[in-house]
Amino acid sequence: MKVTKLKTNDLILQFTAKIVFFIIFFFSIHIFFAGHYTPGGGFVGGLLTSSAIVLLVIAFDLKTVRKILPINYMYMTATGLILALATAAFPIFVGKPFFTHFFDYFNLPLFGKTSLHTAALFDLGVFLVVVGVTMTIIQTIGEDE
Amino acid sequence: MIYFIWGSIVIVMLSMILVIYRLIKGPNPSDRVVALDSIGVSLMALIGMFSIMVDTSFYLDIILLLAILSFIGTVAFSKFIEKGDIIERDSSR
Repeated sequence: MKVTKLKTNDLILQFTAKIVFFIIFFFSIHIFFAGHYTPGGGFVGGLLTSSAIVLLVIAFDLKTVRKILPINYMYMTATGLILALATAAFPIFVGKPFFTHFFDYFNLPLFGKTSLHTAALFDLGVFLVVVGVTMTIIQTIGEDE
Repeated sequence: MIYFIWGSIVIVMLSMILVIYRLIKGPNPSDRVVALDSIGVSLMALIGMFSIMVDTSFYLDIILLLAILSFIGTVAFSKFIEKGDIIERDSSR
C-alpha cells in the first residue's frame, strides 16, 4: 500500500509520545518493584517497557529510535539470561538447593528499614530477557521492505 | 450497594455487546478501530466495578496497564489506516 508518498505531519503524535514514553517507563519500573508482594513482576514490567519503546517506534521511525537508544537487544537478552541463571545457580555453590533465595533487612538511607531479596536479581534477568526478545521480534518484523 | 454495582456491571456488559456487534458488522475500518477502543474502555470500567465489589485495590494497576495497551493499539491501528505501514525505517526519505 505504498501509493501515496505524502509528507504527513505527526506533530501531535510525536509530542505525545515523548511524554507518554516516560509515564509508561516509570509505571513499568513501579510494576517491576511491586512484583514481590503484589501483582506485577519482571515479565509484565518488561512487556510495558517494550511497549513504551514500541510507542516511540510508531511515533518516529526505526532509524531515529536506534539513534536515541543505541542498544543491541540480543546482547540484552544474553545478559538477562546469564543474570537469571547465575542468580538461580548461586545457592548450589554454598550448599543450598537450586533456586533458594536469600533475604535480609538493611537500613537504607532514604527508604528506612527495607528487605532486600536476591529474587529481585532473578526478576531483573527476566525483565532484560523479555525486553530484548520483544524488541528483537518487533525490529525484525519492522525491518523488511 | 451491591445491587447497584451489579446493575452497573450488567449495563456495561450490554453496551459491550452492542459495541462487539459494531466491531463485527462495522462497514469500514475506522468504525472497527473506534469499537475496539471503546471495548477497552468498557473493560476498564468492568474491572473497576469488580474491584469495588470484591473490595481490593490490586486490580487498579491492571486498569492502568489496559489503558496503556489500548492507547498503543489505537495509535498503531490509526497509523495503519492513515499510512499503510505501522513501523517505518526512515520517515525522512
